[in-house]
Amino acid sequence: MTASVDSGPEAGFAATIAADQRIEPRDWMPDAYRGTLVRQIAQHAHSEIIGMQPEGNWLLRAPSLRRKAILLAKVQDEAGHGMYLYAAAETLGVDRAELTEKLIAAKQRYSSIFNYPTLSFADVGVIGWLVDGAAICNQVPLCRCSYGPYARAMIRICKEESFHQRQGYELLLTMVRGTDAQREMVQESTNRWWWPSLMMFGPPDADSPNTRQSMAWGIKRHTNDELRQRFVDMTVPQADALGVTLPDPDLRWNAERGAYDYTEPDWAEFRAVLAGAGPCNAQRLAHRRRAHENGAWVREAATAYAEKHGSRP
Amino acid sequence: MTDSANAYLSLAETTGHDDPRWAFGSGFEQQDAAEVASPVPDGVAAADLAAYCLMLGDDALLAGHRLTEWVSNAPELEEEVALANIALDLLGQARVLLARAGHVEGAGRDEDTLAYLRTEAEFRHVALAEQPDDLDFGRCVARLLVFSTWRLALLHRLLGSADPVLAAVAGKGVKEVAYHRDHAARWTLRLGDGTPESHRRMQAALEWVWPFVDELFRPSDEERRLAAAGVAVDPAQVRAEFDAVLHEVLVRATLTRPDRPGIGPVAGRGGRQGLHTEKLGPLLAEMQSVARQHPGATW
Repeated sequence: MTASVDSGPEAGFAATIAADQRIEPRDWMPDAYRGTLVRQIAQHAHSEIIGMQPEGNWLLRAPSLRRKAILLAKVQDEAGHGMYLYAAAETLGVDRAELTEKLIAAKQRYSSIFNYPTLSFADVGVIGWLVDGAAICNQVPLCRCSYGPYARAMIRICKEESFHQRQGYELLLTMVRGTDAQREMVQESTNRWWWPSLMMFGPPDADSPNTRQSMAWGIKRHTNDELRQRFVDMTVPQADALGVTLPDPDLRWNAERGAYDYTEPDWAEFRAVLAGAGPCNAQRLAHRRRAHENGAWVREAATAYAEKHGSRP
Repeated sequence: MTDSANAYLSLAETTGHDDPRWAFGSGFEQQDAAEVASPVPDGVAAADLAAYCLMLGDDALLAGHRLTEWVSNAPELEEEVALANIALDLLGQARVLLARAGHVEGAGRDEDTLAYLRTEAEFRHVALAEQPDDLDFGRCVARLLVFSTWRLALLHRLLGSADPVLAAVAGKGVKEVAYHRDHAARWTLRLGDGTPESHRRMQAALEWVWPFVDELFRPSDEERRLAAAGVAVDPAQVRAEFDAVLHEVLVRATLTRPDRPGIGPVAGRGGRQGLHTEKLGPLLAEMQSVARQHPGATW
């Protein structure tokens, strides 16, 4: 920050944002900006951690050792992403334990996509292709987010996510070149994940009350609908290359707009899942709560040991 | 910012399946393909060597499987990463060893055929490797401490194996398993000398794991013959090292070495001869389910 001496902290903040520079943890920032970032980064961190469950569901059944290794490394990366993101949130004056308590008390959210079940091994590939693909569309602009620690965490995360997306797509390419049963699995999985993937960009712009302020603060760079369109446009040719059909009969190229027209997902379902009525909401949260509670004695032991011995063993 | 531009570009790519960029740096290809095909050392029966590779490979495969059950269940995020890392190391060791077993056997079985299409009695691991810990972190630590202490002692001696593949697996494996043992030992100290509750639970976990210890040091016929040829290690020779390491860790952790008899063989047969505990069937039923549902599929 290079605010002049006679300008107050608020002017400094505004100047930093206007110049498209980074706000750092020690800089003054409005409470609402801090609050928005804590909410968004925590939600993002929680999503990484909850997101380990649907993919973890197939780790013990992965049908080749190579696929098992790829999936295990991916789920491990998600734990790592959760750690970077909680660390970024901690620069704003909250701590990981407190955020975890809020998650398991259902006081903070995670991405609604993880409230859908993984029902076949093809889901591992389709999640990589569509869900990670949508996540990257959302996350790449965050590499330019005005809050420095978040932007830097996102650069690292996006690189790894892009790798996961390719691995998912590569699994699907292998499967569609396999047996009829494998091709059917890929199509069936695509049918299930297409609409929830479109929902990942959030409600339509007209119903997204926070977008304008987040864009003014340089936290968000594109609207929900802009990102959703970008995702559709990049996904259609990938579906063609796979030979799968996206489950939208009205999906077609609009030469005038230079973009694909597509059907909106069922926003009533989106709201219902967000409100807790998705197929796996209760299961995901109960799993996370159980893991956290089952680990309490271990964390207490580590703390007690460190206090006795003054350091880690 | 070029990073963001590149990420979008890579997302929009729809390159063909054979484009090497899709596999670029994925790091999960079998790295040692050429090495796995090394000739069987002179004076060694191929069947013995194949069986020995299965033994060490199955130990790693099943121990890694049990650790993988911890994914999304660990007490801390750091531990999620650590346990997944250890499971990945063991899976990597298993892949090379099973590939080597398949090659030496010469019947056209690859790592996946061996992992996914064998029945229970064809597996050759020790009982310890297949034991479930029921997501009791103390048991997880106790099993890992015993397994990695034993395996590290074996791998150290395999560095000089007359079989170049076993020597190479040992070369990479000693670094990995030394970390596994260190990780388990640190947790044994924290839990043993942490709170009264953690002390009680860690001691109970040791009591649970102890009956599976003796089998680790009971040589099979194949191991005896291969040890005489300088290919394998007679596991009876690593007992003293194992006992010394466990003693040091347990004393520092304020824990007591259990005094429990080991489970014995049945009519002379144990894990190395394909006789397992009741825990293996359900594990294989789960692990092999997708592969068996889709005969002839490639993944």
